[in-house]
Amino acid sequence: MTWKNLFTSSIGKKLLMSLTGLFLVIFLIIHVGVNACIFINDGGVTFNTAAHFMSHNWVIRIFEIGLFTGLILHIIQGLMIWKQNRAARPVKYTINAAAANSKWYSRSMGLLGTLLLFFLIIHISKFFVDTKIAMYTNGGANDATQNLFEEMKAEFQKWWVVVIYVIGVISLFWHLLHGFQSAFQTLGIRHKKYTPIIEIFGIGYSIIVCVLFVLMPISFYMGWIS
Amino acid sequence: MEQYNMNLTLKVWKQKNSKSNGSFETYQVKDISSEMSFLEMFDVLNEQLIKAAKNPIAFDHDCREGICGMCSMYIDGRAHGPWTKNTVCQLHMRAFKDGDTIVVEPWRSAAFPVLRDLVVDRSAFDRIMQAGGFVSVNTGNAVEANTLPIDKNDADASFDAASCIGCGACVAACKNSSAMLFVSAKVSQLALLPQGQPERESRVLNMVAQMDKEGFGNCTNTYACEAECPKGISISNIARMNRDYLKAGLNSAE
Repeated sequence: MTWKNLFTSSIGKKLLMSLTGLFLVIFLIIHVGVNACIFINDGGVTFNTAAHFMSHNWVIRIFEIGLFTGLILHIIQGLMIWKQNRAARPVKYTINAAAANSKWYSRSMGLLGTLLLFFLIIHISKFFVDTKIAMYTNGGANDATQNLFEEMKAEFQKWWVVVIYVIGVISLFWHLLHGFQSAFQTLGIRHKKYTPIIEIFGIGYSIIVCVLFVLMPISFYMGWIS
Repeated sequence: MEQYNMNLTLKVWKQKNSKSNGSFETYQVKDISSEMSFLEMFDVLNEQLIKAAKNPIAFDHDCREGICGMCSMYIDGRAHGPWTKNTVCQLHMRAFKDGDTIVVEPWRSAAFPVLRDLVVDRSAFDRIMQAGGFVSVNTGNAVEANTLPIDKNDADASFDAASCIGCGACVAACKNSSAMLFVSAKVSQLALLPQGQPERESRVLNMVAQMDKEGFGNCTNTYACEAECPKGISISNIARMNRDYLKAGLNSAE
């Protein structure tokens, strides 16, 4: 296998999807961990401290480059696989009882991923870009005024923002539910003893991460957190 | 189960050759016995068409006992019809009831062009086999079978993989037209045995390269192939092939 094959062969492409996917799975644990600080309900002191640490730390900055590289690779490779797979069946079946042999979300990773991509564009432009602009303009002098907790609180008073976030997290849930165990199958990890553990862990992970994510905009909107 | 007769409406894909566009044609069949096989029902229909001086429907079949892998029909949206672990010749008409409308299509995949009606060209599978589905043997007399000890579990797993009949239902059922289940079964049956070791790494690289060249899609682990496989080939073979491919790829000098 040449280096080119890693990006062009069917299994090589899947390896890249699997590794970048698992990397994003680990990232989500950190993201949701920081988010969960709002549930301490101390007026955002803990959350803002955590957010400040994450944004004023050169180690995290370097990881962030890795994160975006992984994310972009996952998106581009995913779209290419989706396009190629569509071309592999030019004439579609008139009647296809796909529900009889597979789960709908395992067949809809392209669609769920695209929904996630749209969500991410909104999400990043709302919170990530703003924060970065505030940080780097004025040489970071107006950093003190940057209160991410208050910003979120204001954003999540709008019902349509909450709806977009709920849809985004629901897409993420189904994407993870298939993606988590699928990543291990692609790496060739399937074993009588370990696969059931991986599958149960994947379901637990998807539920916990997505419930924590979705509770955030809902809690702000309902006024459970002040 | 009580024998009964039925009248059916059939919507069958008709296509002159790989160049032309096909379309559905509707046929009526009467007094079909529930004890007939699906292919026997097609024989009755073809007799009817021949008597009426019409072109019979072209379909693949050979052994009619579920082992040759020739019959390839997508019946009511499922490869080999509604029964699981079953081929079309072993699908009996008791799966249907009087007055049913049955839709029959060929396997649909860019790698399996339709030759005529329900007959598709599956020679892509042959070319994948030629790329690596063989072992080196010493010339001379055949060695006594028991001189080479093989773990019983490995022998069983290899035999299970080797029960693949190459029918292409995995490709037909997969939303991506991926041939991973077929190729992984053929890679595994040899990779699990000592005789398969000399070419183990080159085999998996070459067979996967040929699979990609034929225009099959990429596996997205929906596991539809395993659910529709008439021989119940396990997706653990796909995991084994992924493992072997990555190992061989990392080891290769290129």
